[in-house]
Amino acid sequence: MATIIQSENLNLWYGDHQALKDINLSIEEHQITALIGPSGCGKSTFMKTLNRMNDLVKSCRIEGKVTLNGVDIYKDMDANILRKRVGMVFQKANPFPMSIYDNVAYGPRIHGIRSHAKLDEIVERSLQQAALWDECKDRLKTSALGMSGGQQQRLCIARALAVEPEVLLMDESTSALDPISTAKIEDLCLELKKKYTIVMVTHNMQQANRISDVTAFFLLGELIEAGETKQIFLNPTNKKTEEYITGRFG
Amino acid sequence: MNVKKAKNPAEKAMSLIFFICGMLSVAFVLFITLFLVVSGVPAIGTIGIFKFLFGTVWASTAADPKFGILPFILTSVYGTFGAVLLAVPVGLLCAIYLSKFAGSRLAELIRSAVELLAGIPSVVYGLVGMILIVPAVRTIFHLPDGANLFSAIIVLSVMVLPNVISVSETSLLAVPREYEEASLALGATYTETVFKVSVPAAKSGIASAVVLGVGRAIGEAMAVMMVSGNVANMPGLFKSVRFLTTAVASEMSYSSGLQRQALFSIALVLFIFIMIITLLLNFVFKKEKNK
Repeated sequence: MATIIQSENLNLWYGDHQALKDINLSIEEHQITALIGPSGCGKSTFMKTLNRMNDLVKSCRIEGKVTLNGVDIYKDMDANILRKRVGMVFQKANPFPMSIYDNVAYGPRIHGIRSHAKLDEIVERSLQQAALWDECKDRLKTSALGMSGGQQQRLCIARALAVEPEVLLMDESTSALDPISTAKIEDLCLELKKKYTIVMVTHNMQQANRISDVTAFFLLGELIEAGETKQIFLNPTNKKTEEYITGRFG
Repeated sequence: MNVKKAKNPAEKAMSLIFFICGMLSVAFVLFITLFLVVSGVPAIGTIGIFKFLFGTVWASTAADPKFGILPFILTSVYGTFGAVLLAVPVGLLCAIYLSKFAGSRLAELIRSAVELLAGIPSVVYGLVGMILIVPAVRTIFHLPDGANLFSAIIVLSVMVLPNVISVSETSLLAVPREYEEASLALGATYTETVFKVSVPAAKSGIASAVVLGVGRAIGEAMAVMMVSGNVANMPGLFKSVRFLTTAVASEMSYSSGLQRQALFSIALVLFIFIMIITLLLNFVFKKEKNK
């Protein structure tokens, strides 16, 4: 198992508030890593440092190092290249107000693919990977905003996959969905990890337990404990982890 | 009708007053429409609708008067089109800059300048155009006279600019942040995101900005009268021309008989143009709402 992302002594401030404190975490290839912890603990913030979406926050300041395959993503990589390699699915499904086809083709077009045949192929492959192809192959030219919430979220996954990332970040991507849609996306994640590496933020302990390989528990900006999901859930070494996953606080 | 039924007399009286104020604008529109139709239609009948709309000669005070308003119609159409053609790219880029790129203090400064620009009376635009633009056009293009369609287009485009900017900016600001974040997260640059996601998402607002600009340009009289030369020529970019609005304004004070009636007919034509534009605008807005 190879490490794909590594954070070393990562500190992050929003203005004067320190949101991340000395985070050291390795993320392994072809695994699902779940980031858990109560609201405001820094798990989402940590995830957004992995594709530099925190760059958009003006008051944000970062120290330490994050590497992708050994390359420092803050020093030696262009943010746009990084984001092509580390895709993201947001909490709320946010398809563009365009057709289903154009949503999926958006990324490849941005990265310079013009050939219709090639785009058709990418759109079909991405929608198939997101388990959406059969449901929408007959209405690719209709607006994405006409789809159900669960379909929209899978479309966003397809859109992220279309640029062939190595890592997929999922920020509470099932929290707004019904149980059936959630189950579909969880199955999808298990399928996708064969090809990609997935990092997900979740408030749903069962979800973390069900599908993740590694779980990392954050509290007040600190990484309290990280390890194999089974071990974290059955036999946590830290008392706070145990209290959180058994629902005593959070 | 009313969800809350007025019970006491004071409530009843107030709701009646509101109703009357509400109906007042409807009454004005109906009255003006009726007035223009009644006073504008007879001359068209006398002259003949075809001769009136498509006649190329306007000689209202000649011994054998001619009442063709095609020169005015075309001048208004060309002038408006030219002004919008200049103002829309500049205005749209300015709106994009304000809503997506400028720092908040600079944006505030530009925004107040745009508001001031919108508030300047049209006679002032005309004055500045007369003193600065007309001589400049004459010198640059080596013309005997700089008061022509081109100068009018320049002045109109500046007058239309604030409308285009503020309406486009509002619609660009209304684009949900999530769209832009999604685009950035796919590896698009910020500029790519703005042009490929934000602007298309705001397109119906931008379309209404354009239509609003057309409405403003076609209805303008004072400023264009001062810089266009005000001669009833068939339009040419460097010819002195007369617009629909200025045709009415410049002859009304001394007109009589059929000439006077024909001026009302011109006003009716202008009114129909404006109506079409307003309906178009409503259509665009409705489409946006139903989206």
